[in-house]
Amino acid sequence: MALDQSFVGRSYPPTDPYEVGREKIREFAEAVGDANPAYTDAKAAEALGHPDVIAPPTFVFAITFKAAGQVIEDPQLGLDYSRVVHGDQKFAYTRPVRAGDRLSVTSTIENIKTLAGNEIIDIRGEVHDEAGEHVMTAWTKLVARAAEPAEEGA
Amino acid sequence: MTAKISYGDVEVGTELPPQSFPVTRATLVRYAGASGDFNPIHWNEKFAVEVGLPDVIAHGMFTMAEAIRVVTDWVGDPGAIVEYGVRFTKPVIVPNDDQGATIEVSAKVAEKLDGNRVRVDLLARSAGLKVLGMSRAVVQLA
Repeated sequence: MALDQSFVGRSYPPTDPYEVGREKIREFAEAVGDANPAYTDAKAAEALGHPDVIAPPTFVFAITFKAAGQVIEDPQLGLDYSRVVHGDQKFAYTRPVRAGDRLSVTSTIENIKTLAGNEIIDIRGEVHDEAGEHVMTAWTKLVARAAEPAEEGA
Repeated sequence: MTAKISYGDVEVGTELPPQSFPVTRATLVRYAGASGDFNPIHWNEKFAVEVGLPDVIAHGMFTMAEAIRVVTDWVGDPGAIVEYGVRFTKPVIVPNDDQGATIEVSAKVAEKLDGNRVRVDLLARSAGLKVLGMSRAVVQLA
């Protein structure tokens, strides 16, 4: 069943702040094998002009995707998450995420379309710090693959 | 931001040093824990096959995280990344052996923009297939 187009433009309430921890950044950097000292050494980060260690560029996805759960799990929208794959991902940064940030995400449905039976939904997450300053924006395209004909009773 | 690459020193076509990133099942388990993405298609072969995949596949976001290292290692300061986007075109298939898979990433300067910024286009391949499409970053240079 096609997703309801009237959801395009709908925004969800800002999430409770996620506090970015130094050790969580380190854990992530180690998991992707990235030894850049800006992620683990506050002095190295400061030498680059950052007030504390910064997070790798894609670190923030864990936060924005969790926030996108408000959309994905919205029973009124009715997205079948078991059929969802990640299509595209984009980030635009006002500044890098850094240790000590308390980040809140506001998710908005930017677009919904149907292509060859697949439902495609674009979700934008605006990430702000505790002072209300914009940190970055994440765009996530999710594709819910068409249901098998048998499951549709066809 | 303190990029170690100067805008005046790059041209359209300037190649960044390419890199290869190994991925084993252990890598994926570790990434699952660090990222909080515990989807079983990234660690449970039986589940992956049941949903129609050839084998366990890497997290798309893992591949995205590896690919940008070619740019952050080049520019020095990861805070110099202004934009970064990819399309997940093919999965990175990770067999259950000591070798796992390899993600090969190359990149080159595709466009010089205003404000000492450049657009870098990335190419990520695994097992000969392009795993990321439309993969590009905007980078603030010195």
